[in-house]
Amino acid sequence: MLDRDEDILRAAEDWQKAGRGVALATVVETWGSAPRPAGSSLVINDEGTFLGSVSGGCVEGAVVTEAMDVIQSGKPKMLEFGVADETAWNVGLSCGGTIRVFVEKVG
Amino acid sequence: MKLEILHELNAERAARRPVILVTDTENGEQRLVKARDFAKDPLHAELDKQLRMGKSASIEAGGKKLFLNVCAPTAKLVIVGAVHISQALAPLARSLGYDVTVVDPRTAFASPERFPDIPLVAEWPDTALPPLNVDPYTAFVAVTHDPKIDDPALLHAFERNCFYIGALGSRKTHAKRGDRLRAQGAKETDVARIHAPIGLAIGAVSPSEIAVSIMAEITAVLRLPSKEKVEAA
Repeated sequence: MLDRDEDILRAAEDWQKAGRGVALATVVETWGSAPRPAGSSLVINDEGTFLGSVSGGCVEGAVVTEAMDVIQSGKPKMLEFGVADETAWNVGLSCGGTIRVFVEKVG
Repeated sequence: MKLEILHELNAERAARRPVILVTDTENGEQRLVKARDFAKDPLHAELDKQLRMGKSASIEAGGKKLFLNVCAPTAKLVIVGAVHISQALAPLARSLGYDVTVVDPRTAFASPERFPDIPLVAEWPDTALPPLNVDPYTAFVAVTHDPKIDDPALLHAFERNCFYIGALGSRKTHAKRGDRLRAQGAKETDVARIHAPIGLAIGAVSPSEIAVSIMAEITAVLRLPSKEKVEAA
């Protein structure tokens, strides 16, 4: 019910209308102690500017990099981050949780 | 996400109408379900549950992995009466995530010294309330003890279909209030919607404790399914 992420989706629309390539990354699942709940989102444009957060700072860098690919290809991706999965990703969550992040192109 | 969907999503949010974005996370297909279409949606049970909890979640339905992204408006709390209880209630409600406004035409009560950082409107309800966009995502409490202020405020809350309406006062006071409101055209079902005496019965004595009982009651009305709601309140 409590929604404070308004400006993120607003920015996604504004950036897209301004002609930028835009991707939206959304936390879709969390296990254990995760920093941000499902529904938290990060919007990224093709200049690398981003707004919002999916993890409070732990994995945003990696999400932004993946988002650039998604903006290029137009194909959505599911990313998973967690300390138990160190071989798959270089970055992890210091809190010990696991999150899945859905990254999609806007427009 | 298609731009049309994003545009519609933002429009619903701006209008303070709840909406759920359903995404098939395997192929990226999406659809937007607006509040008025929930009942006829095949996923209505799941949609209702997630909306009530205000939580987005991944589910499996019909062999598909779906993500339900819940976009519900920020809840508001309108407090009519800048009294001692309100001084405890306003910051407590804010810490729970509500946008809080305090209304009281009596400027001695509605002073910034008594309510630091809380939006105050020192006007009569007839003037103060219409611009506040009181809506079904608003909890509304009337705590002045003064019928000249509380009664018109409550009539406004009925009209705007607030999800919670509470008023301070004993059962005896409340019975008289019911008579007055009916005389001013309120329906029996409207009067029955008022939580009075206000707050859950937790034996609250101090203003802060009463504030806790009020916010507990508002939380129960907001989060519990209808049946349990009746038992709790």
